[in-house]
Amino acid sequence: MELCSFLTLDSFITDPLTHDFMRKALLMSSLVAAVCGFLSSYLTLKGWALMGDAVSHSVMPGVVVAYALGLPFSLGAFIFGVGSVALIGFIKQKSRVKEDTVIGLVFTGFFALGIVLVSKIKSNIDLHSILFGSPLGISLSDVKQTIFISLLVVILLSIFRKDLMLYCFDPRHAKTVGINVFFLHYLLLTCLSLAAVVGLQSVGIILVVAMLITPGATAYLLTDKFDNMTLISVLSAIISSLIGIYVSFWFDLETGGSIVLAQTFIFLFAFLFAPRYGIFKLKKLFAGYK
Amino acid sequence: METINYQNFRIDAENICVDYNGKVALYDANLRLKPGQICGLVGMNGAGKTTFFNALTGFVNISKGKIRINGESVRSAQKDQTIAYVPQNEGIDSQFPISVWDVVMMGRYGSMNIFRCPRESDVQAVKDAIERVDLTDHLSTPIGNLSGGQRKRTFLARAIAQRASILLLDEPFSGVDIRTEKLISELFIQFKNEGKTILLSTHDMIHVREFCDLVLLINKTVVAYGETSEVFTPENITTTFGGISPDFLFGPES
Repeated sequence: MELCSFLTLDSFITDPLTHDFMRKALLMSSLVAAVCGFLSSYLTLKGWALMGDAVSHSVMPGVVVAYALGLPFSLGAFIFGVGSVALIGFIKQKSRVKEDTVIGLVFTGFFALGIVLVSKIKSNIDLHSILFGSPLGISLSDVKQTIFISLLVVILLSIFRKDLMLYCFDPRHAKTVGINVFFLHYLLLTCLSLAAVVGLQSVGIILVVAMLITPGATAYLLTDKFDNMTLISVLSAIISSLIGIYVSFWFDLETGGSIVLAQTFIFLFAFLFAPRYGIFKLKKLFAGYK
Repeated sequence: METINYQNFRIDAENICVDYNGKVALYDANLRLKPGQICGLVGMNGAGKTTFFNALTGFVNISKGKIRINGESVRSAQKDQTIAYVPQNEGIDSQFPISVWDVVMMGRYGSMNIFRCPRESDVQAVKDAIERVDLTDHLSTPIGNLSGGQRKRTFLARAIAQRASILLLDEPFSGVDIRTEKLISELFIQFKNEGKTILLSTHDMIHVREFCDLVLLINKTVVAYGETSEVFTPENITTTFGGISPDFLFGPES
């Protein structure tokens, strides 16, 4: 690829699209980004960033075991994701250790178990693609799985959109008016595990937590309306994925890292220039010139 | 001995105990309230006021005792939207991206379909409730942009929109402006006349004397309960606050 070929914006965008693997990567990553972005606004408001980190790391041994047994890796990941949360809850309740400490020790334990298992099983598991994602090398069965899980999560979140918002905002009121808070809690956890599973294909286990918290945090700085927050979160996640993949294609960079960096830059932009909550409050700057 | 008809009581809590992982927060507590009664819940921080509320709403499970709401279980009270809880201002995330209208609409969720689509009647209930707390000018204001008093009124409106017959209010007068305080006291009188039952926790002795027919003094368990004029004595208050005299706590009465 000639360096001058992307001097024109047109070819910068269209050239990669001639490759089948690029089209697939762009589509899949956008889908995954949309799912994670949707969930992200709930996690940000609920204060579950650390929980997202824990679940996404804890799925590691599940992925390895599922590969070794020839099962869909999403199944293994899901079991270990939910299992880690149950274990965190159990240890927290039965000991005097503080919650953030429990979360930290459980997920690093699971993660370490995963790494040890990979070194022992030594099958055709590509440790690198699990840790850092491989959106450019996604297989057909993975595509089907990703689409199925993504649709499932989007449908669940859409149906219980308002209940989940109430659950994040005021669980006590939800309980008082007879809404099943227990169900909503586990629904959100289930969606979190599933989103971590599809997210790790794009950006890998280590960075998937960024997909789950950065878009929500960006949107939180830009709006005071919940619906807009979800929309902005999803859009910023998709745009980051597209930017990340294009940049990694043209400059030969790690794709997962590029996607997350794009999200981080969008967040920084919002942090500096958000109309109401940014450091430089664009609204005020413009108002000054009028 | 006369037989008790439990239907007569809006709230009937009998010997309730609540513990969190073996740590007792409340034990052997009793409370009976009828329609139209306003009861003050007074106690130190950590005396179990919030725990009492949580037990009545079913947010925590009681380990012993029995709670009847209108003669029925807490579970069916939840289903019937019987109880509304108005949280302390500190108890909610004021930065949550949500408007006054959306918060008040949450009062209707329990009686809506699974997608929580507001019907005409829900919209009307929300409008009326917001009007009663005088926030019609702030329908779409995010709660983060409201004053403490306006935020308190928003949650009161939610309870009104819910059409609950029992209102539990956690520190309704803390951190509010004079105008809100006046509006809340007027609403209390209206609620009383509508036959609603109100249980409110407060630190302010003057408010107890002003509004509450009954007072429940607690310190992990009931220290004293009865008519405010009889029970709300300096001795009882001193016991409730662990031997510290009310003058020391609240200044001499004027």
